[in-house]
Amino acid sequence: MQYLLLLHVNESGWNQLTPEQQQQGAAAYLAYGEALKKAGVFLGSNRLKPSANATTVRVANGKTQVLDGPYADTKEQIGGYFLIDAADLDAALSWAARCPAASHGVVEVRPVWQMQ
Amino acid sequence: MSFPEGDDARRTADAVARRSYGKLVAFLAARTRDVAAAEDALAEAFASALVDWPAHGCPKNPEGWLLTVARRKLIDSVRRRQTGEAASTQLQILAEGLEDAAAQAERDMQIPDKRLALLFACAHPAIEAGIRAPLMLQVVLGLDGETIASAFLVSPAAMRKRLSRAKEKIQQAGIPFSIPEREELPHRLDTVLDAIYAAFAEGWTDASGTDTIRRNLTDEALFLARLVVELLPQEAEALGLLAMMLHAEARRSARRNADGDYVPFADQDPTLWNAAMIDEAESVLYRASALGTIGRYQLEAALQSAHVHRRRTGHNNWAEVVQFYDALAALTDSPVVAINRALAIAELHGPQAAAAAMNEIAADDRLTEYQPYWAARAELLSKTGAHDEARQAYEMAIGLEREPTVRAFLQKRLAALPTWTSR
Repeated sequence: MQYLLLLHVNESGWNQLTPEQQQQGAAAYLAYGEALKKAGVFLGSNRLKPSANATTVRVANGKTQVLDGPYADTKEQIGGYFLIDAADLDAALSWAARCPAASHGVVEVRPVWQMQ
Repeated sequence: MSFPEGDDARRTADAVARRSYGKLVAFLAARTRDVAAAEDALAEAFASALVDWPAHGCPKNPEGWLLTVARRKLIDSVRRRQTGEAASTQLQILAEGLEDAAAQAERDMQIPDKRLALLFACAHPAIEAGIRAPLMLQVVLGLDGETIASAFLVSPAAMRKRLSRAKEKIQQAGIPFSIPEREELPHRLDTVLDAIYAAFAEGWTDASGTDTIRRNLTDEALFLARLVVELLPQEAEALGLLAMMLHAEARRSARRNADGDYVPFADQDPTLWNAAMIDEAESVLYRASALGTIGRYQLEAALQSAHVHRRRTGHNNWAEVVQFYDALAALTDSPVVAINRALAIAELHGPQAAAAAMNEIAADDRLTEYQPYWAARAELLSKTGAHDEARQAYEMAIGLEREPTVRAFLQKRLAALPTWTSR
């Protein structure tokens, strides 16, 4: 079954790290991605640019509204995702716990609702 | 209702819950085998206590008070849920047994301890292995579903469902609330001990020591192991399990330094170990060995003891350690044992011999996602000088680790590998 791991993280956290810590953090994500691949679970992943770069679009009553910034203005924002193929929710949760974001943010595990 | 007295009532209720929860559930469910109904009735009794005790003072025999109220609630709930013949039979069973026993319990100020029977029911072979430990924690110790779900890394909804399914199975399949007969006992006891160990192991994974749920879990597992030892004092393996867990627990605080960094066993400061707990572990293990039957948990405890002895005295005992691992490997088909055996062989015969031992188990599919395998492999490979392979193994170990402190430790090890062999 496919699961999307949504990484909710505090965006200002990264800039507060020392260069060594940033390097260590990036290496941890790389290692995590490698482990997913070697276990045959990995489907896709990317990081997202900070939410200040986000733009929202909404069309309501024939009017288009475009706004700067993310949809929800919260301290923690989606910073990236991993799409995985896990046997079941238990396996997906186990992968979520290994994700470095689980230690400095929150990993949301969402089952994919596939189109027929 | 004054506050100080309310606090007093809550404290008494908490203390009784801690001491007697399992005893009360075991007693209430023994006849009907309906664990869920017994738990509900007991929860209602605790709620009543928090209203009644602050107003009227704590009863002299709080356990007896709770039992009387819970019994009444239990009978009410059966009456509410069922009508007709089924209800009257069940009510009769409840009324007869509980009435007599409860009366006696209140007279003697003592409730017969059926917790052991309850433990055997929770770890019955008919109950799915993975849910036995959670079931024990809930039914015998009263831990709530959310706490257990977090500790075992399962969604709370799924955990609640599995727990209630297991409880239903106990009732529907007629799983007995009894201590198995002599000839069955060793095998059945194994499943109880395995479940207790599973709870302990979940708690032990919290290397940063920041997760109170996990830390408490090791306490709860120790409590259960002590309970089994108290009720079955002649079972060597129960003693072995307790000794092993005490040894591990004794080193808990030495696993991190002042900065909160992870410290592996070989680098720990033995003076930070809990000496009293180690002494207790040693005397428990001694009691076990006097009983003359060897088993997995006693061997594991003996290994812990050997490691502690070596670190404290500097005496090289790797030959003895490898022998213990050989014996363990003969008893179990556990990849974990094979990994640790390989690491001990590295100390005794050098990393080359260990790498060979490690290759024997590399084909085991269970290991692809098993973090300790990759960490051990990385250590061995770095010692043999196969730095590129070591690097890959470290990356796997880092990617599979969920403790940030251990992850950082492994990253440091990886960074310390000589770079001149790299691509």
